[in-house]
Amino acid sequence: MAGLSSIGRRWDGVVERYNAQPRIVKILAVTVFVVFVYALPLLRPPILTTNATDFGGVMFRVIAFALVALGLNIVIGYAGLLDLGYVGFYAVGAYTTAVLTIEHGSWPFFLVLPVSIGITMLTGVLLGAPTLRVRGDYLAIVTLGFGEIIRITLKNVEWLGASAGIKNIPHPTGIGPAPEPPFEAGGLFEVPRLVWDGFVPSLDNDHKTAFLAFGSSDAIPYYWLILTTLILVLIGDRLIKDSRVGRAWEATREDEDAAELMGVPTFKYKLMAFALGAAIGGLSGSFYASRGSGYISPDSFPLLLSMLFVAAVIVGGSGNRWGAIAGGALVAYLPERFREFADYRMLFFGLALTLLAVWRPEGLLPPRRTRRAKEAEAEIEALEDGELEGAHDA
Amino acid sequence: MDLGALFGSFDNFLSFTIGGLVFGAIYALIALGYTMVYGVLQLINFAHSEVFMYGTFAVAWTFIFLHGTESATWSLGKALPILLVALLAAMAMSAAIALLLERVAYRPLIKKGAPKLIALISAIGASFALAEAMGLRDRFAGWVGLKDDLEDYVAPGKARDVFSNPVSIQPKGLFEIGGYSVTDVDLVIIVAALLMMVALDQFVRRTRFGRGIRATAQDPESAALMGVNSTRVVQVTFLIGGLMAGAAATLYMMKIGSTRQNAGFILGVKAFTAAVMGGIGNLRGALVGGLVLGVMENWGAAVFGSEWRDVVAFVLLVLILLVRPSGILGESLGKARA
Repeated sequence: MAGLSSIGRRWDGVVERYNAQPRIVKILAVTVFVVFVYALPLLRPPILTTNATDFGGVMFRVIAFALVALGLNIVIGYAGLLDLGYVGFYAVGAYTTAVLTIEHGSWPFFLVLPVSIGITMLTGVLLGAPTLRVRGDYLAIVTLGFGEIIRITLKNVEWLGASAGIKNIPHPTGIGPAPEPPFEAGGLFEVPRLVWDGFVPSLDNDHKTAFLAFGSSDAIPYYWLILTTLILVLIGDRLIKDSRVGRAWEATREDEDAAELMGVPTFKYKLMAFALGAAIGGLSGSFYASRGSGYISPDSFPLLLSMLFVAAVIVGGSGNRWGAIAGGALVAYLPERFREFADYRMLFFGLALTLLAVWRPEGLLPPRRTRRAKEAEAEIEALEDGELEGAHDA
Repeated sequence: MDLGALFGSFDNFLSFTIGGLVFGAIYALIALGYTMVYGVLQLINFAHSEVFMYGTFAVAWTFIFLHGTESATWSLGKALPILLVALLAAMAMSAAIALLLERVAYRPLIKKGAPKLIALISAIGASFALAEAMGLRDRFAGWVGLKDDLEDYVAPGKARDVFSNPVSIQPKGLFEIGGYSVTDVDLVIIVAALLMMVALDQFVRRTRFGRGIRATAQDPESAALMGVNSTRVVQVTFLIGGLMAGAAATLYMMKIGSTRQNAGFILGVKAFTAAVMGGIGNLRGALVGGLVLGVMENWGAAVFGSEWRDVVAFVLLVLILLVRPSGILGESLGKARA
């Protein structure tokens, strides 16, 4: 338990040491880290690698969840709005992509992407405008209802493929020849991967991954694509958090009345957080729709997925973007890694959520502000105790 | 859209209304669990749906234990003795699960003064774990070597399939209102639910312990200073929620007759919707919300088609919250007058 509660402090230590380095070291460190993350599904390090399922696919899922968690973190972590129907936006993004690329049009993926972001953003505004005026806890149930409405509508509207879903969604346009299954030759060039015999690596030249081309069996090109998107969103997230908008969110979250009195148009900013979060969810949904298998159905978006998204944000430490990414990654990765326990994994997952919540209520990586506030509180308490004891002695 | 289906004839209209009232009564009983916990702790007890689900299994198990697995169709009168035992079993089971939930998933967090959101996560985790544990009941029986002895209880077929009560209850028409025959099952469900609600309402308003609950809901700190044991109050709140969920489970099994490990989820969401609609934290609000929700969604299902039932329910919720942001009857358990 002591180990768990010091994760945050250790993370701070890492950040401080990084900040103290000269510029050149910083750039080098970031480059090495980014290259490592990009290469992860090719390196396939032992222990980390999932054996039962395709590791590239799992890593795609991990990043997709991290992206969703990052979006939901804006809504829950920054603006303090509990959204239990986030899967609705994810579904809207995925279905917009599916409808425009195959069902009722044949637009290329990268043209659909901005449209899909725009439509989910609009959905966010349409849902938020009437509901953001109700109190926080009610928002939770209203958004929960919204997620369910979206799913039922998808299931019953013939124009959207009804319960059969939409098949053969085209993959993103690549550069170079499109790869053919089972193992892909195509793209700009091909990259081999490593295979491990125990802890001894060797090069696997039979299973190469096409660079910048998207086929239906190898998930690694999609992983690279979505990871790049994640990094872009991360930069945007950082810019907006440190701006006037970010400060307005923080003020609204901490005390809405006080913020309103200070001249922050809280409703406008809450709506903005809702729309931005929705857009990022839709973005992630678009990638999900056009991934390898190219198939979505209403059952791909159960309400339980919403709960998982919320869990990802809170477990990671609501309000901290790195926490959200870590939470999203964990929630996606753990059930896949422990697939051997097949039937028991959801049971363990549920128990793990409860245990984690009980042991570490602030999340794994709470924002630094929360931790500082907690430390200050403990200090004051210690002081008070000391004074009381002193008084007792006298 | 087919307005004629609902308003075409008076008996149609009545049959949809009474059908809605029956479901509304069950929603209302489950909604009590949400509303009590919310009133006292301001927490959404997400795992309450599982409390209900365990109750439905307790009912089916009681019938298997007392009657056997051979399927039969009985009248309500013949099933009544076993039903009463099943009611006790379901209430005991649900109350036990609710208390377990409070002890494991909530009390440590309340003690630490953790943020509300994290309690929600803890409850979501507990909800997953409880539902999955029920779905894996054949494995657990296997671990302790009782799989063969308990075969009838854990898994005829697969543990994740629908689990039915061997005895299905044949409703009998009692009297007619405008051409619609009201059955004994419908009547028992509505009357039983109303009685339980009245009893609980009186308990909270009139007894000493009820005063403690209201005091804690109003201002936990002052209540504690006045000598109210807040841990005990929270425990009793969960206990009452569990008892009501057990009763709801028995009524549900009377009407529907089968359950499964994820049966609680959507019903729980509906019941919570009902609680919010009536004004969360308000006991009478839970009743009003449950009945309104049940009737309106049945009407909606008649007009728009049954696949749109849940959509009608949630759209209605949004509309009501727009007009009355704190529910039909307003919120707060603390404001109830003695």
